[in-house]
Amino acid sequence: MVGRPCGNAAVRAFASGPRPLGVPMPNTQAKRDPIMTIIILGLVLGGTYALLALGLTIQYGIARIMNLAYGEMTLVAAFVLVFVFRLTGLPPLVSILLVAPAAYGVGWLLYTVMMRPLVARAGTQGKLEVDSILATFGLLFVIQGLLLLVFGSDFTSVSFLEQGVEILGVSVAVNRLVALAICAAAGGGLAIVLARTRWGLVMRAAALTPASAPLVGIDVNRVARQAFALGTALAAVGGTSVAMYQTFSATDGVVFTMKALVIVIMGGVGNVAGALVAGFGLGLIETFVATVIDPGLTLAATFALFLAVLLWRPEGLFGRRA
Amino acid sequence: MIALAASIAALVALAAVPLFLTDYGLGLMIGMAGYVTLASAWALFSGQTRYISLATVAFYGIGAYTVAVLNETIAYPLVLACAGLVGAGLALVVGLSTLRLSGIYFVIFTFGLAELVRQLITWYEVNVTGTLGRYIFLDITAREIYWQLLALGTFTIGLTAWILRHRLGLALKVIGDDETVAAHAGIDLARTKLIAFTLSATIITLCGAISSPRWTYVEPIIVFNPNVSFLAVIMALLGGANRLWGPAAGAVPLFLLFEWLSVNFPDTYPIILGLMFIAVVFLLPDGVLGGLARLRQRGKAAA
Amino acid sequence: MSILEIHEATRIFGGLTAVNKVSFAMEAGEILGLLGPNGSGKTTLLNLLSGALAPSAGRIVIGRRDMTGRKPNIIARQGVARTFQLVRILPSLTLEENVIVSAVFGRNRHDKEAARRIARAALRDAGLEGMETCSAGDLTYLDQKRLELARALAAEPDILLMDEWLAGLNPTELHEAVALVRALSGRGMTIIMVEHIMEAVRALCPRSIVMNAGTLIADGPTANVLNDRHVVAAYLGEADDA
Repeated sequence: MVGRPCGNAAVRAFASGPRPLGVPMPNTQAKRDPIMTIIILGLVLGGTYALLALGLTIQYGIARIMNLAYGEMTLVAAFVLVFVFRLTGLPPLVSILLVAPAAYGVGWLLYTVMMRPLVARAGTQGKLEVDSILATFGLLFVIQGLLLLVFGSDFTSVSFLEQGVEILGVSVAVNRLVALAICAAAGGGLAIVLARTRWGLVMRAAALTPASAPLVGIDVNRVARQAFALGTALAAVGGTSVAMYQTFSATDGVVFTMKALVIVIMGGVGNVAGALVAGFGLGLIETFVATVIDPGLTLAATFALFLAVLLWRPEGLFGRRA
Repeated sequence: MIALAASIAALVALAAVPLFLTDYGLGLMIGMAGYVTLASAWALFSGQTRYISLATVAFYGIGAYTVAVLNETIAYPLVLACAGLVGAGLALVVGLSTLRLSGIYFVIFTFGLAELVRQLITWYEVNVTGTLGRYIFLDITAREIYWQLLALGTFTIGLTAWILRHRLGLALKVIGDDETVAAHAGIDLARTKLIAFTLSATIITLCGAISSPRWTYVEPIIVFNPNVSFLAVIMALLGGANRLWGPAAGAVPLFLLFEWLSVNFPDTYPIILGLMFIAVVFLLPDGVLGGLARLRQRGKAAA
Repeated sequence: MSILEIHEATRIFGGLTAVNKVSFAMEAGEILGLLGPNGSGKTTLLNLLSGALAPSAGRIVIGRRDMTGRKPNIIARQGVARTFQLVRILPSLTLEENVIVSAVFGRNRHDKEAARRIARAALRDAGLEGMETCSAGDLTYLDQKRLELARALAAEPDILLMDEWLAGLNPTELHEAVALVRALSGRGMTIIMVEHIMEAVRALCPRSIVMNAGTLIADGPTANVLNDRHVVAAYLGEADDA
């Protein structure tokens, strides 16, 4: 394989063409007011990103698992939504209600079977990080392989509520607004639960000081499992919102993970509000780059942002300097 | 002394192998030499420091692409030199911006790097040069490629052996165990990591450059195949990433296995790959060689 | 001539001032007890001295050179070695390798042979003779502490920072450890000990400084300091301490 083009269709599909995610579709792009267009479409995209980052920051910040297969989990939900819609005509909004708890269950199972043994054998956070990165890197290929096998390597999308409505002089497809509403409901709801409830307090305690949480009677293992499962559910809800307004393919997972990771770093690991703000920020910047400069450079913009944060504030835009 | 003589004899034998092989056999030998080099070069940095680089193919692809761009303008040795410089330059940029920080930033950065480089090159080719594919017309035979890769692989393992016996190797090992201790013992963390990462990335870039004439037609989708990154990591881990011969010991059998799998199970190949990867992480945390060493020790203790 | 001078060293975490304008100086060969209730900023102060943290304000001068905000490796080469409150060993290396590290990369940058000699001597001093080829990951907690000290000694430091190194020793071991520290001091080493075991502080440290809530509240002969009104109040405020 070194020195020989690999003839594997799956492989070629992984590195598919230069179509960046989140590029506004032409039919929703009003030429009248470019700035408003960027803001509104950027907020929609940002909502999805914020939700995705929220799940990842919970998995990494609370469950201490760096999940490189996160984007693949998102894609599984997106494919399931499209598949179910095409097969049964079940409205996407109903599927979400089924997908989210199912994803929670899958995440619960994955943590119990796969991550928990790694946590148990790793003595230190550093060792766990390495092990979880490697294990989920393997998981990434397994899920991607399954997606390619079942759904093929073509781009997929669903026609759902595509008619446009006028908002502040910009024509926006209804599906985008629904996606934004889903993200706002899931993300905002979770942020409130984390901030206000006793369960949220336990979660935040485990995130801040995992070593001393057991001293106050917190079952860290249980909290980590719940957090991982919750993160998976958020990934799935994010995936369904992606499916509503974007085309996607089985090999887009890496890019989703990458963007979610960059947002998590920007917002500060484990910082829910930070992830939400940084997510909307990235959505706006990407939409700006895609509309004004070139759609082929959105990932480059993500990386540039990541580099800037690393050089300027490695503890995150909203983190305290430790 | 005996070990050195045996190594030289083995090297001579390996160099003579292509004289007796069919084209298919030679292709396999090239693949093996390539992956032994990639896995060993990966482990030179990541195996010692435990900073997992997922960017092998970013450098490998840049090597190949440099050859594709320059092969008709300047002499082949100069092309290789340019490829090495480009790889080293990118490694310095990545290293300087991420290696001063906690390891996780490095992993994340390398995770997306191949995709970034691929998209940037695609964008540049489409928008600036107006072409996407490029041809490599070099008068280099398969045997010559094999010999070059064999030389590079030998150099990589030799360099690793040298490093492990000297200050740099000790510093890398200490960093892999505990960076705080390393810094307080007087080790310059950023410099040590940067040197090792740049060496590793330069070798990987050269490996891509040397292998590239095997393709005659090159485009970003082909040379930035993420499976390469994946394979380099799993091979090094299987053999034992922090041991001199570990990556090579993992690369040879896995390359042959994957070659067989990709021919016979093209559709389920990535799934099998992923499952094997997970199995290696779970069952062989120290690699096969590490496991053997532990068994030997236990045997000694029992005796 | 002072070997160590600290001028108004300050460290702020978020809104919390962990070390607040702490100033003191030490002469070569002194043993200084660094006392104070838990959370008073003792370890943070050591971290400022060893370079693990950069001060938010103030100046740190070691051996007449300004080391404010320098990286730990630079400060190590200036002749400062330390042990950690939570023991840090290198589990995948042998004992000898653990200790060689600081001889190879420390201030004198010894070559391999010299470093090995120094490492063996340091292991002997710390009471780990004959265990050179054991794996550090298999050590008992007490031997891990010894190993840490050996690693610090192999750096051939002028200044040794010990963060609760005596904690967890039984009376016999404590006796041996006190003798060891005294011997090190006899070689001219300057030592700062963060310590809660007052018996050892009294035996070893002619001078002590006390921190409370980030501020230096006492500095003087140990006996006087321990009877100081503010110090007693600070400790009684934390009844489960000391």
